[in-house]
Amino acid sequence: MKDFDSSNVSAFKDVWVFCEQREGKLMPTDFELISEARRLADELGVQLVGLLLGDNVEGLAKELGGYGADKVIVADDPVLKVYTTDAYAKVICDVIADKKPEIFLIGATNIGRDLGPRCAARLHTGLCADCTHLDVDMDIYKDFLSNNSVLAPERIAGLGTARVLGEPHDVSKDLKMTRPAFGGNLMASIICPRFRPSMATVRPGVLKRKPFDQAKADACVIEKVEVNVAPEDLKTEVIDVVKAAKKLVDLVGAEFIVSVGRGIAADVEGGIKIAEDLADALGGGVVGGSRAAIDSGWLSADHQVGQTGKTVHPKVYIALGISGAIQHKAGMQESELIIAVNKNEAAPIFEIADYGITGDLFKVGPLLTEAIKEYKANK
Amino acid sequence: MKIIVCVKQVPDTSGKIAVKPDGTLDRASMQTITNPDDLNAVEAALALKDETGAEVIVVTMGPPPAEGMLREIMARGADRAVLVSGREFGGSDTYATSQILAAAIDHIGLEKDDVVFCGRQAIDGDTAQVGPQMAEKLGIPQITYAQEIHKDGDTLTVQRALEDGYMTIKVQTPCMITCIKELNEPRYMSVAGIYETYDKPMDVFDFNTLKDNPLIDLTKIGLAGSPTNILISFTPPQKGAGQMLEGAGKETCDKLAGILGEKHII
Ligand SMILES: Cc1cc2nc3c(=O)[nH]c(=O)nc-3n(C[C@H](O)[C@H](O)[C@H](O)COP(=O)(O)OP(=O)(O)OC[C@H]3O[C@@H](n4cnc5c(N)ncnc54)[C@H](O)[C@@H]3O)c2cc1C
Ligand SMILES: Nc1ncnc2c1ncn2[C@@H]1O[C@H](COP(=O)(O)O)[C@@H](O)[C@H]1O
Repeated sequence: MKDFDSSNVSAFKDVWVFCEQREGKLMPTDFELISEARRLADELGVQLVGLLLGDNVEGLAKELGGYGADKVIVADDPVLKVYTTDAYAKVICDVIADKKPEIFLIGATNIGRDLGPRCAARLHTGLCADCTHLDVDMDIYKDFLSNNSVLAPERIAGLGTARVLGEPHDVSKDLKMTRPAFGGNLMASIICPRFRPSMATVRPGVLKRKPFDQAKADACVIEKVEVNVAPEDLKTEVIDVVKAAKKLVDLVGAEFIVSVGRGIAADVEGGIKIAEDLADALGGGVVGGSRAAIDSGWLSADHQVGQTGKTVHPKVYIALGISGAIQHKAGMQESELIIAVNKNEAAPIFEIADYGITGDLFKVGPLLTEAIKEYKANK
Repeated sequence: MKIIVCVKQVPDTSGKIAVKPDGTLDRASMQTITNPDDLNAVEAALALKDETGAEVIVVTMGPPPAEGMLREIMARGADRAVLVSGREFGGSDTYATSQILAAAIDHIGLEKDDVVFCGRQAIDGDTAQVGPQMAEKLGIPQITYAQEIHKDGDTLTVQRALEDGYMTIKVQTPCMITCIKELNEPRYMSVAGIYETYDKPMDVFDFNTLKDNPLIDLTKIGLAGSPTNILISFTPPQKGAGQMLEGAGKETCDKLAGILGEKHII
């Protein structure tokens, strides 16, 4: 790392993705990131490289090629078997300093959000947290803004230079990293104009995974790098890794989600049962919850939808007794179809619902379940 | 032993917020609160103080009115406070903020037994970056997402939350730990605490106080020292309100099922 200079921007090339694995299994976010990063690499006309750390993980590398990686750099060593900040940051910063990628993306998991800032600080570069959208190409970026902001068309058309340290700076080659801020009330696009790599953590479940392509997987190049971690580099020791006792709900991958909020307070068990039945009737749906439902101990934390929970985009999202606070909306407003049942006709959830019913969830829930079953039976 | 807690005053983002015509936030019209996760960090520090008798120092970087928040945290039981404030520090992104806070902590002095606590993330930016970046700059180990902390001798054993469970980690001190709300229930101010808080020492560190610290480098602090720039901020389009269905009985539900059927969803 000694002669590494993050401000020598033109010395950096290629798009890299940190591919997280746990217990020898790739994380779903890896495929989302690789799929989307393929587009960024094509926009820049450079290579897409996966960076995979672990113990005995070389066998996982080809699969990443199937989603678009031209090459996977593998750091294989027993010291990397379980994630530690010290060992992972050391290996990653060393290989980045050596090979100089211009973009480095990390999934915003609990591990990614531990690793990203540590590396960005060591490399002296910028990091944008928890991004939901990424662009390089200006035309594609402007299209994105036209469809996803209330900015005036002239304002969007005029984008192209930014003032950086008082000087005009052409942003057309910079990574534009877009993320929610202030609890989802605002969106911001961030750039890292003076340093490389441009680093971002990306929210799981937001970017779309492309179909797997076996031919690309076969063509993917694997490069092994040396691991130099000395005992004195390690200031922590992992004693054990414990999996949650029960099976966790897969909210991010679900097609149908029925979520409950404080509105079920009068009969918590009954309310959850109503949601389960409705989710079943829709066809293999799962139950989610607002933070109020999680904080009250009615559902475990893996059920939480929202800014501090999960971001979901199912085919149908049904909110039962949820008011629709901005932090809740932040996690579900991209659902394809939103149905809300709330006894308060002024509840903010109705502002984003495709179909709203003003009524008592304990009555409407079971009726809707029946109606769906009947409809399916008569089809 | 010293315990340093980093606390931030943030706009309350839970209500409707005001946005100026240029797309930036109208901070003046918003209430400020102590960042929620930081109260868990304060509680972690006070719990460790109860166990060890260590001194708890609360540190914030922000404008002078943040003093009120510091007094409140001393009323909960912290022993002294440091307000890091100066024009040179304005406009800092997380990289520059962590640089300044690291310098402030280095100025206070970090010894073998000491622990630094942060919140997991601040609700204005939700970045969760300042703690780890600060730890890197101080050259100390970090543990993020702490959901349980035990002190045994001169090491700490911490449960670090994962999405699908947790890992247990032993860490040497000094170290930096970020706290999540599952860690504890923050205590309230005590009457005695409120009574004493104005007698407790509060230092202000401005640029002059810190300028000779090796971590203070004009290319790494403030606006000029921030690697990231905001290209543009904007509000998303309000999704057009959908259709409110008439009634809440069987007929309404049948109608909705029909709509789902027509859309080939069921
Ligand atoms: C930093 C921060 C992060 C947060 N992150 C999240 C997050 O990730 N996810 C999240 O969800 N929240 C989050 N919140 C909390 C959020 O602000 C709200 O407090 C929360 O979403 C409210 O949950 P709720 O809608 O279930 O409860 P309430 O707001 O209390 O709403 C309950 C609703 O139920 C309705 N109701 C009551 N009885 C019935 C009935 N019988 N039938 C029909 N309707 C009924 C009421 O009219 C009301 O609208 C966060 C807050 C902060 C400050
Ligand atoms: N200006 C600040 N002053 C003191 N502590 C801060 C400041 N900014 C961030 N922190 C600490 O860093 C944590 C993470 O903040 P952030 O990276 O902004 O999400 C917060 O919970 C605080 O503990």
